[in-house]
Amino acid sequence: MQYMLLIYNDPAREPAFGTPEFERMMGGYFAANEQMKAEGVLVSGEGLQGVETATSLRIRADRVETMDGPFAETREHLGGYYVIDVPDLDAALRYAALIPSARFGTIEVRPLMDYNPAG
Amino acid sequence: MAGAETAAAGAIAAAGALDRVMRSDRGRLLSVLAAGLRDLALAEDVLHEAALSALTHWGRSGLPSSPQGWLLQVARRKAIDRLRRAGRDQAGAVALAQLTSEADQHDPEVIPDERLRLIFACCHPALEPKSRVALTLRTVCGLTTPQVARAFLDAEPTMGQRLSRAKAKIARAGIPFAVPDPAEWPARLDTVLTSIYLIFTTGYVAGPGEARDLCHEAEYLGRLIDRLRPGDPEIEGALAMMLLTGARRAARIGEDGAGLPPAEQDRALWDAARLDEGRAILARAMARHAPGPFQIKAAIADCQMADPGPDWPQIAALYGALWRHEPTPVVRLNGAVALAEAGDPARGLAMVEALADSLSGYQPWQAARAALLAMTGQAEAAAAAYRRAIAAAPGPAEALFLRKRLAALAGPGPAA
Repeated sequence: MQYMLLIYNDPAREPAFGTPEFERMMGGYFAANEQMKAEGVLVSGEGLQGVETATSLRIRADRVETMDGPFAETREHLGGYYVIDVPDLDAALRYAALIPSARFGTIEVRPLMDYNPAG
Repeated sequence: MAGAETAAAGAIAAAGALDRVMRSDRGRLLSVLAAGLRDLALAEDVLHEAALSALTHWGRSGLPSSPQGWLLQVARRKAIDRLRRAGRDQAGAVALAQLTSEADQHDPEVIPDERLRLIFACCHPALEPKSRVALTLRTVCGLTTPQVARAFLDAEPTMGQRLSRAKAKIARAGIPFAVPDPAEWPARLDTVLTSIYLIFTTGYVAGPGEARDLCHEAEYLGRLIDRLRPGDPEIEGALAMMLLTGARRAARIGEDGAGLPPAEQDRALWDAARLDEGRAILARAMARHAPGPFQIKAAIADCQMADPGPDWPQIAALYGALWRHEPTPVVRLNGAVALAEAGDPARGLAMVEALADSLSGYQPWQAARAALLAMTGQAEAAAAAYRRAIAAAPGPAEALFLRKRLAALAGPGPAA
């Protein structure tokens, strides 16, 4: 099964650039990436630029409305994601626990829709 | 005429046999199907269909040599049919491949017991705590949805929805029917044991009036897990705790309807067999030298039933040990009460007062504070606290117990 691990961060609680904590976090991300690759589960993964760069769009009554900012004004923002292919939720949760942001943010684990009938 | 009578007799015998098999083995059959299909709702559906077929076939051709094996084979074939009919997805294809190989294995006499895997799926931390309990009662204990709804004082449709949401999440989120890895075992086992203990306390509070006594269901689950995974001290601890607490169930309410703490209970009403068994299991657990919260709670239950009365210094020490596993205000509250009973009511009261921020809205905190105010000679403050605790009491037995304590405050007192 494929799962998306959505990384939600609270910028206020994240280590600041240039501090040893920041280095440790980046090292943790590197180690997580390497482990996911080595174990053959990584499908894709990206980090997102800061929430101040976000633009939201919706169509109402056939009119495109464009807004500055993210979809939801919350303290924790979507900061990146991984897509992994593993046998079950327990395996997905084990990889989610490798993500350094789990220590100061939240990782949401969601199965991907399966559009690919094997029959 | 004779033929019709024979047919009718056959149908009745089949219905009786099916009822017996489903009552004793439904959970086990379901666990095997669910583990293979990775879909609890589908497993329930095909087992139900297999049971309907059994009524017809067994009535006509007599009981098969292994009714359980027969049901399993038929249920698997029905699952294969269903998965083939539905343009199955990837997960379905995996299940189908496994099912086809399982259905071809001819030894209906040997049915594996996959209930441990079923229990870990039902009590997965990705499910809501209440859903874990409901699902376990429905699938492992075989309670009907109305019975589960009644246990929670929920409307039947509400409980039905909760159960189907939980089953859908298991299937769609990929919650495995698997015994967790050693690294995850302690935390996952704790979730399972906590769910079982919640079943026990729900039954203990409700009393034995219901058709399915939840205390017995919880004890059944404890024994089942202990049998499926022998030698785990925390499983033994949870089972011992339920046996020890359950042993004094008949004594917990006095003749006047007031609740009684263990120290004031009529020991003749304690269930000696349960008490002995609980103590033996606890001793076995402790000899493994791997203490855990359930063993400590069982030891506390044991000390409350010590002879001639509760061993309060030991209970206070045990709450201190429990605090290291579960640093919660409630554990601290219970520890404070034990400390007061052990002879230091002033320090106990200070600990209780310090918990006001987190617990002042919690009725047992109000009752404990009242008792400790009384113990430290502050009768007026104690009376006010008792009145608040009485107003918030969860049931009549608890309220009457507190009213008697309140009356005793004014009662004998210092002789004037």
